[in-house]
Amino acid sequence: MWIRNATAAPQPYFYPFVNPYEATVMELPKYLEAKLPEEVPTREFTLRVFPKREIPEVFWYEDGLVCTLAYQDHKAPLVFVIAGTGSSHDTPRMKKLLKALYQGGFHVISLTSPTHMDFVVNASAGLPGDSLDDARDLYRVMELAYEKVRSEIDVSGFALTGYSLGAFNAAFVAKLDEDNKYFNFSKVLLINPPVSLYDSVSTLDQLLVENVPGGMDKFELWFRNVLAKFSNVTKEMGHAELSGDFLYNAYKRLPPSEENLAALIGLSFRMNSANMIFSADVMNGGGYIVPKNARLSNSTSLTRYAMVAYQTRFIDYFNEYLFPYCQKREPKLTRQSLLDRLNLRYIEQYLKSSEKIGLIHNEDDIILMPGDIDYLQSVFGNKARIFPTGGHLGNMSHPDVVSFMIDFLTGKENRP
Amino acid sequence: MKFSVERMIFVMTIFSGILLLSGCSSLPHTGCNSIIPPLRTYEDVVKVDGPHLLEVSDSIEEFNRGTYRFNYYFDEYLFLPVVRTYEFILPDYVEDRVSNAIDNINEFGNFTNNILQLKIKASGITLSRFVVNSTVGVAGFWDPATTWGLKRQSEDFGKTLGYYGVGNGSYIVLPIMGPSNVRDTTGLMGDTAAFSLAGPVAWINNTGITTSFSGTSAVDKRHRIPFHYRQSGSPFEYELLRMLYTLKRDYDISN
Repeated sequence: MWIRNATAAPQPYFYPFVNPYEATVMELPKYLEAKLPEEVPTREFTLRVFPKREIPEVFWYEDGLVCTLAYQDHKAPLVFVIAGTGSSHDTPRMKKLLKALYQGGFHVISLTSPTHMDFVVNASAGLPGDSLDDARDLYRVMELAYEKVRSEIDVSGFALTGYSLGAFNAAFVAKLDEDNKYFNFSKVLLINPPVSLYDSVSTLDQLLVENVPGGMDKFELWFRNVLAKFSNVTKEMGHAELSGDFLYNAYKRLPPSEENLAALIGLSFRMNSANMIFSADVMNGGGYIVPKNARLSNSTSLTRYAMVAYQTRFIDYFNEYLFPYCQKREPKLTRQSLLDRLNLRYIEQYLKSSEKIGLIHNEDDIILMPGDIDYLQSVFGNKARIFPTGGHLGNMSHPDVVSFMIDFLTGKENRP
Repeated sequence: MKFSVERMIFVMTIFSGILLLSGCSSLPHTGCNSIIPPLRTYEDVVKVDGPHLLEVSDSIEEFNRGTYRFNYYFDEYLFLPVVRTYEFILPDYVEDRVSNAIDNINEFGNFTNNILQLKIKASGITLSRFVVNSTVGVAGFWDPATTWGLKRQSEDFGKTLGYYGVGNGSYIVLPIMGPSNVRDTTGLMGDTAAFSLAGPVAWINNTGITTSFSGTSAVDKRHRIPFHYRQSGSPFEYELLRMLYTLKRDYDISN
């Protein structure tokens, strides 16, 4: 297999999962991953973005937005990393990315996605999901985060990256920075972003609905079967853990069907959306899933809200809650104009003309629509590196991907 | 607690009726603090025919949520720091030896419960494992039995009760130990009693050794569980844990 980008010198790219669903779910086994340091100097810090905000009692465990800083002991550029849908600053994927960027010579600040409940509760000004609002929320967090650590690190400049929805967010944050000029990012790298957010989330949700055998009415039966299979494998292997090597070995023992993988991807997305929707609703006074003015305590049963939230698709949230909410603020806003702004095409001119913004993507990424890859290729031109396989983020710790990331962000990419 | 949700919805319905009469519903932000039902209600959205995975019998939910909160703080500020110190001091290799030794001593519970379930073959395997690992495996620090094809036959008294048809009973969150239910808590008490009355504790009869075994065993157990509170990133973590625990035990008992 060869890298598609015709401008780069062809080099062999080996990736073990040809099926995009496999690629998306499975982690690379260690021997195929880029070599990363075991430990890097990091510390966590907490931001109180809205100091006067009272956290509702039902979120008794929330106490500020936690971020991770990895610090070099010398002057270096600082890169911000924005996590993908529903992910926090310290997921295994974010930790790997942090190590890769640290190894590439950066100070790193890892940020939780604006769709994760920790962000929604502590740092969102309103409802999450609108590209422009989310960018403003992120920008505020980034300024505070830098203020918080600037006395400890010696910073030579700023860069920005993110993966999946985080990449989409990064594009809008970069655009915002062109006006605000607080950071003046030297480089911005988008890793596997969606083109149309709405289309991508609809696709992900459909994966669940279409792949549970017998339809959603048979969800319980299917879920019990999947758990049983997983229990069997872990029993055979004597232990369970969520490492790449473990999943890889478990997978080899019991190759799950493509339907199961697709449904699991859809389920994980649906659960992430549910977390966001419930939290956003509580933080904005209720009315969508929780009753308006209802006081939820730290021991109120949330079971029925959970059941409703898990049956709520992101597109329901968009149509029934987010759009009316935005329209209240901007009376002239139509559904279509809101949809348009949840799309990279909204800032196409900027993405095209700005030399600093690059892209990594995979031809078989399951969140893209037909034609998206060609579109991205035409917008980013020789600032894009598109791999033939890797699914959605499956190849993020592949050596070729990691070295492109570092080369691009440090400005060493080999372009004619 | 189910009751109180129903009561809340009842209250909501009454209030929304009053609101309609008072004309306040169109102006929710004018100091009218009454409860207004949401756009998506349980009644409209959730079509229940048969039990829902998330609805587990939980008659003391309010108390359980309190214990869950206690466990979160205990884990965060006491248990995990101790476990991290343990992991920092001992190399992985030694930790694995400790785990093996503890597993070997705990074969006692596997043995008695396999016997109680009349699983003769599994009881035999468990006995052989104990003999092999205690001798060739040097007091259980190594586990040659597994390499010889004698796989661990895990059983506990909760599973024995389940095997004889005892239902789950209400869900219970135990302090420190976490998710359980009435059946499994009874089982745990049974196992603990047997372990101290007729098992290794009784054989040794030395409080110092027993105490250090219990301590090490607790730390080792926590060290081996890859769970961290709040890692789910979900406001419904309590519900998810309750569901997964219940499904896992159902599965273990039916196999």
